[in-house]
Amino acid sequence: MEAASLPAALELAAGSGAGLSPEKRAVLGASLLLLQRDYRFERVWFWGCIQGGPGKAASSPVLQRAWACVVLVAGSLNCVEWSLLPPATEEMVAQAEQLKGRFQGDPSFEYEYTEINAEDAERLFEDGKEPMIKEESRLVATIEQIDRAVGIIPRGAFLKTPLGSVRENRNFEGLSLTEAKKLSSYFHFTEPVNLKNKTLLEKADLDPSTDFLDSLEHDIPQGSWTVQLEKGGTVVVLRSLLWLGLTFYHVPMTKQYGYVYFGTGEKNLDLPFML
Amino acid sequence: ERGHGPYQPHEPGYGLYQPGYSPYDDQIRDPKSRMLAIQNAKAYLLKSSTTSGLNLYDHLANMLTKILDEQPTNAVDIIENISKDVKWAQLQKKMDTLRDEHEILPTFEAAEKRKALFLKANGEGDEELEEEIGETPLPNVMETAFYFEQAGIGLSKDESYHVFLALKKLTSVQPIQTCRFWGKILGLEMNYIIAEVQYHEGEEEEETEEEEVIEEGGKGMGEVEDEDEKKEKEDEPPKSTYKPPPVIPKEENGTGANKYVYFVCNEPGKPWVKLPPVTPAQIVCARKIKKFFTGRLDAPVVSFPPFPGNEANYLRAQIARISAGTQISPIGFYQFAEEEGDEEEEGGGGRDTYEENPDFQPLSVAEMVDSLATWVHHGQSILKQGRCVWLNPFQKSEEEEEEDEEEEKAEEPDELQQEIGPPLLTPLSEDEGIQNIPAWTAQPSSNLIPQYAVAILQSNRWPGAYAFASGKKFDNIYFGWGHKYSPENHTPALPPPVQAEYPSGPETTETRDPTLEEELAFKAATEEALAAAEDEEDEEEVVEDDEEEEEED
Repeated sequence: MEAASLPAALELAAGSGAGLSPEKRAVLGASLLLLQRDYRFERVWFWGCIQGGPGKAASSPVLQRAWACVVLVAGSLNCVEWSLLPPATEEMVAQAEQLKGRFQGDPSFEYEYTEINAEDAERLFEDGKEPMIKEESRLVATIEQIDRAVGIIPRGAFLKTPLGSVRENRNFEGLSLTEAKKLSSYFHFTEPVNLKNKTLLEKADLDPSTDFLDSLEHDIPQGSWTVQLEKGGTVVVLRSLLWLGLTFYHVPMTKQYGYVYFGTGEKNLDLPFML
Repeated sequence: ERGHGPYQPHEPGYGLYQPGYSPYDDQIRDPKSRMLAIQNAKAYLLKSSTTSGLNLYDHLANMLTKILDEQPTNAVDIIENISKDVKWAQLQKKMDTLRDEHEILPTFEAAEKRKALFLKANGEGDEELEEEIGETPLPNVMETAFYFEQAGIGLSKDESYHVFLALKKLTSVQPIQTCRFWGKILGLEMNYIIAEVQYHEGEEEEETEEEEVIEEGGKGMGEVEDEDEKKEKEDEPPKSTYKPPPVIPKEENGTGANKYVYFVCNEPGKPWVKLPPVTPAQIVCARKIKKFFTGRLDAPVVSFPPFPGNEANYLRAQIARISAGTQISPIGFYQFAEEEGDEEEEGGGGRDTYEENPDFQPLSVAEMVDSLATWVHHGQSILKQGRCVWLNPFQKSEEEEEEDEEEEKAEEPDELQQEIGPPLLTPLSEDEGIQNIPAWTAQPSSNLIPQYAVAILQSNRWPGAYAFASGKKFDNIYFGWGHKYSPENHTPALPPPVQAEYPSGPETTETRDPTLEEELAFKAATEEALAAAEDEEDEEEVVEDDEEEEEED
């Protein structure tokens, strides 16, 4: 969610019971601005909070700066001091997927692989790397995974110019109420995967400037999103069931939308059993 | 007139200025044809489109007016969007009335319901005010919400207030002694808001009558079936020796897992629905499955092992498990009621009641956070059997024993071990952790202002369960999806092994047919035996004949 509209947005996304304490909210208002100044970011989004595990619950809220495709992530343990995190690489993501369990809360904690196939171990040893992964990398990889998998935007919020670059649509007035209840009005904000697989008939209906991303209705497994109207039908809230804790909110017919993650940073692999 | 005269081919400007088209020609030169051209162009622009009825002239005029009014930055880049918007605005005016009716209804209805919450509060009249000021079962939801907010947990203030009013409505309708906002469980289509309630004594006899009626109906059916079977006893296939495990009876309302009654509603403003009491079979099954709630209480729960009940029962079972595992309080707040002869009762019963300790001395927040031993469970834990108090299902009454003597005696099942769970008011430090994470994580709500900080505990076993303590106040709450945390993935139970249809012994096992050699060998052997037997018989006959001869004499 936009850093500037953080307080209002938190109210809208509070239906799942998780949020920020008043202390954190207050400090975020100031520290985000400072972050913007220090790193010369154009815009800053508050991404969410991943809970760390034992002993101290050190929550690590995380930010993003994104313009078109450049995304940098900054993390902090207490919302006061921020440090820029290294960008996620494919390798990091692959390694992080094998880790299970909670985060520890300490960015320099190193995980050891407990279960690796013999092949993987050989491969790793050949490369000369040790099978350890730092929590920092795991954090970044998890954020990248979550964004890629369930980072969503309403249809029409971003436009593709004829030159190919993606820009925010300043004329975006929000989805209507009927549109907002449909999953097809929301897109994943990552490189589209399924777009080319659509039939020609479907493609003919698409508007290339707005429909250049994957929509949610073809997500596997079906039903991995819950769409609800909260606050008496004035806010549409989408919650992801694959990554429990991701909440997307949108007020129909207005420009307000955003998503935030409050959770443990673990993928819900039991989803097919639970539906 | 002519301007600069005809240009020669070698001069620049040759060929550019054709007669009648030079740049200096427009003002005076042939004004009529100029005007005609303008009028033609305008007429063209004013031509209405056959499909939409708009014309380009008006559209351009509107667009330019809008741009000049709003003065957007980089108008040239978004000109197409502006054009689209203007068109859209035009069309909308025609369909205005229809759209209004359609779209805004659901939000208006919901708003009406929420408004109704507020109205009732005012309409109750002043007489009841005095009663309420005294003892009210209504919990102070806003106060609790404030403390939880210090930890970043909780619903938005609006929603909390709606829940508050909804609880008030509940307490005014039902005869309730204590009431608590238990929490919110998220679902696929709708969410559940849950209130934990204790009735005044003697108020909940209605449900038990219904159950007795059902049981008697069942027994009647059983008798009819027995008669039919006796008639056909001759040619029956062997009866199955399977005896289903005995149904463990649920605990009485008001004790154990059914100590509290739970009411749910989907949204504040909607009517509260009472959840049925939970049975041990439901709890045992709920432990094995993991399903999302849909938000409709009558939805079936499709799972393996098949869940005995619908979503209302599953919800109740999960609530029971969560309460048993996560209802905690600071040590010393509750104490056991003093009773004589308590310790002489058989183990397993233990103490299941507690009362508030009037001499409770709250510990400081730092102490509450440092060690988990300062918190105790006041929710009774549920045994494997599915009850809080162990019951031996094989203790038969006298009637049942008589019946058993008549029927064939099947194998006696092994005697069940009495299950013992942790006693009430055990400190949290005894809770098992998960892998290397302790069961609870404690932290103060604020490190900057420790004087007014609140001690917050969050459960790692049931993510979403929180508790806070501050001075003499404490409370528990749950916000989540209603599932336990397990680091391993959920593996559904395998179906039980196929039962043996019949006991396999030599008489029912097929043997191989004898081969030709075996048959010949057998035949030869029997012939030999026969021959030997004949010889013996002849001897015997001779002996017998002799005997007969002797007798005759």
